[in-house]
Amino acid sequence: MTGFAFRSITAAQTRPGQWRRLSDEWSADRQAFRGASWRKAMMWIFLLSDTFVFGCFLLSYMTVRMSTTLPWPNPSKVFALEIGGTELPLILIAIMTFVLISSSGTMAMAVAYGYRQERVKTALLMLATALLGAMFVGMQAFEWTKLIHEGVRPWGNPWGADQFGSTFFMITGFHGTHVTIGVIALLVIARKVWRGDFDTGRRGFFTSQRGRYENVEIAGLYWHFVDLVWVFIFALFYLW
Amino acid sequence: MADAQFGSAAPLPQGGIDDVELYHPHSWLTKYVFSQDAKIIAIQYSMTAMAIGLVALVLSWLVRLQLGFPGLVSFIGPKEYYQLITMHGMIMVIYLLTALFLGGFGNYLIPLMLGARDMVFPYVNMLSYWIYLLAVLVLVASFFAPGGPTGAGWTLYPPQAILSGTPGQEWGIVLMLLSLILFIIGFTMGGVNYVVTVLQARAPGMTLMRMPLTIWGIFTATILALLAFPALFVGAVMMLLDRLLGTSFFMPAIIEAGQRLRYGGGSPILFQHLFWFFGHPEVYIVALPAFGIVSDLISTHARKNIFGYRMMVWAIVAIGALSFVVWAHHMYVSGMNPYFGFFFATTTLVIAIPTAIKVYNWVLTLWRGDIHLTLPMLFAIAFIVTFLNGGLTGLFLGNVVVDVPLSDTMFVVAHFHMVMGVAPILVIFGGIYHWYPKVTGRMLDERLGQLHFWATFLGAYAIFFPMHYLGLMGVPRRYFDIEGLSFATPSVATLNAFVSVVAFLVGAAQIAFLFNLAHSLRHGAPAGGNPWRATTLEWQTPQTPPPHGNWGPALPVVYRWAYDYSVPGAAQDFIPQNQPDIRPDRSPGPVAAPA
Repeated sequence: MTGFAFRSITAAQTRPGQWRRLSDEWSADRQAFRGASWRKAMMWIFLLSDTFVFGCFLLSYMTVRMSTTLPWPNPSKVFALEIGGTELPLILIAIMTFVLISSSGTMAMAVAYGYRQERVKTALLMLATALLGAMFVGMQAFEWTKLIHEGVRPWGNPWGADQFGSTFFMITGFHGTHVTIGVIALLVIARKVWRGDFDTGRRGFFTSQRGRYENVEIAGLYWHFVDLVWVFIFALFYLW
Repeated sequence: MADAQFGSAAPLPQGGIDDVELYHPHSWLTKYVFSQDAKIIAIQYSMTAMAIGLVALVLSWLVRLQLGFPGLVSFIGPKEYYQLITMHGMIMVIYLLTALFLGGFGNYLIPLMLGARDMVFPYVNMLSYWIYLLAVLVLVASFFAPGGPTGAGWTLYPPQAILSGTPGQEWGIVLMLLSLILFIIGFTMGGVNYVVTVLQARAPGMTLMRMPLTIWGIFTATILALLAFPALFVGAVMMLLDRLLGTSFFMPAIIEAGQRLRYGGGSPILFQHLFWFFGHPEVYIVALPAFGIVSDLISTHARKNIFGYRMMVWAIVAIGALSFVVWAHHMYVSGMNPYFGFFFATTTLVIAIPTAIKVYNWVLTLWRGDIHLTLPMLFAIAFIVTFLNGGLTGLFLGNVVVDVPLSDTMFVVAHFHMVMGVAPILVIFGGIYHWYPKVTGRMLDERLGQLHFWATFLGAYAIFFPMHYLGLMGVPRRYFDIEGLSFATPSVATLNAFVSVVAFLVGAAQIAFLFNLAHSLRHGAPAGGNPWRATTLEWQTPQTPPPHGNWGPALPVVYRWAYDYSVPGAAQDFIPQNQPDIRPDRSPGPVAAPA
């Protein structure tokens, strides 16, 4: 049973090895994802599942937006801020997006320093990432407050379809929860990096397993995912 | 805490399979209650699932009491009837079948069959069980809440699910949705464990194409669940917001008792899409582990290699993939573009091909096999028969033009009970009779088991086969009382009474099973390590029941596939997966003598 391959596929004959290599690698006598530790593989699988959660949220949003009978409020106007007498459309969202994308940059640097086992730099960059994440959540809280003051509620708003407020609070709330969880995770792991847990092999409080600098990268995977989701929310909710 | 240094002795192949550092419990509480050992978690999952399943069984008795003998008891009115059918369906599908197959069988068998020491992240695995238990408790709480549990039907279709005419509108629906959300969170924690364990933690030599089909079934079902449950999660969150915050995701403008409700502009069909995008894969989340387990039962107890192993694997994968593009066949009567109906009918019927491959291969495995009519084998054969029956009626319901008149009749009830109720339950029983000796070290009692089998198998047929006729006569499902309806001839009432009587008997027969489980724990015949003379790794553990860490000092090394039965020239009629040579004197590890 070891010689498993797609022998009958003609593509494999014209380009020798392509299919065979793929199937051999996957069905071989070893980990399916080589180079990925268990925890990292687990994070990837979880993110795949979470992608479907956000996908369902966004598809549901698009469906209700198309099926609702009242007109949809214009996001450019709703999310405009008046600064110095001029009304700037989407300015807050632009800043929020910039902050969140920047945090992906600091996260990537933290991962790089983590692999060089530079304890202090890794911890500081993770703290910077957490700070940017907290800024994002803070601005989101400001935006929520502003909209609530203007009369937007989950069940209605002054400008049009009720579903505007419903989907806005639900989707940004769900995403904001993800960011908040990410910030907490970053702080916890940054503390462990700072304390040198990953150098000394100190055991975790709950799991009693030894952490590794790889945990920084795994937290990073989650963080980049949350950023990526924001790009889709930005495009589909604010720009549409 | 002592560090386990298991890894040094095991010969690791290229690419590296890490041996793990296990968590070692140091108190009774962490060993048996908050255990991180997948085997204990499996038993916890199974016991909880069976306990709540018993509740659902009693609910079905009450449903049958009303249907068979309308008006006999005063405590079942229309409101209570709806609550009964709703809770019966939801508990059986989610809290019993899904939890028992993936949480129960998955946790027990994945590490043992693959030669791993435990799941890859035992702590998360433990959390998975406790969140599941919490979900069950929230669900049970709805029985005691003001207004009782929800009576929206197990599909929870809005708008009626959250309107005041539906029983359980006050608390029941809220607790139901919360419980589902918790279940999904808990399941995801277990699910990522199962998938990564299969992909990353197999023993040396255990290639994907040497895995027992049980593992293929559970693995594919888990992937389906990880991708399908998000849709239910989102649907549940949105309905909860509709109910609690007054949003209108699923709620169109509605006038209730002359009053216009504050809802408006939502899409009830959206919920149906979300629900069935989960709901159809859910059928295969339950069926695929059953397919896998039944393949192993048949091969082992017919002493013959499984016919067409590779096709069996690809059929499982193909069914899993197809199950994501058929969901709208549950919505033919919801109002749909005819072209969509055509598309979904086509994809639905295409599933018949890989499914038929599997059924043929099971039968061909039996063909000229050395069939031992042990209890697991009896249940496996019963599964093939019931599943075939349910699958064939699926062909009726998959076609739009045939489905439309049959929609919401007892025919549908008969179909899905046959195909995803009775058939997987029979496999669960077969699996328990098969693996109980490994879990406890003792055999289940054969005579009680025979009684249980014949009562359950014949009884289930007597219950659900007549329902097809009821459905063809036009008897609707979900009706509290059909008295006085023109098509309901006296024979309908007679048949309903017959079905109910059989249902009471089948339910009572489960007492024999439960008694057997409890009694054999102490008084069963000692099983030895490998009573069925099976090839798969879980039967080759050094001790039975397997201890924490499963394998002692070194991980097993796998040399062959899982189906080397009756190999010519071999000393015994089975060759364990970890035996390098068919000559018995070359055997590396402890191989149990034939029982």
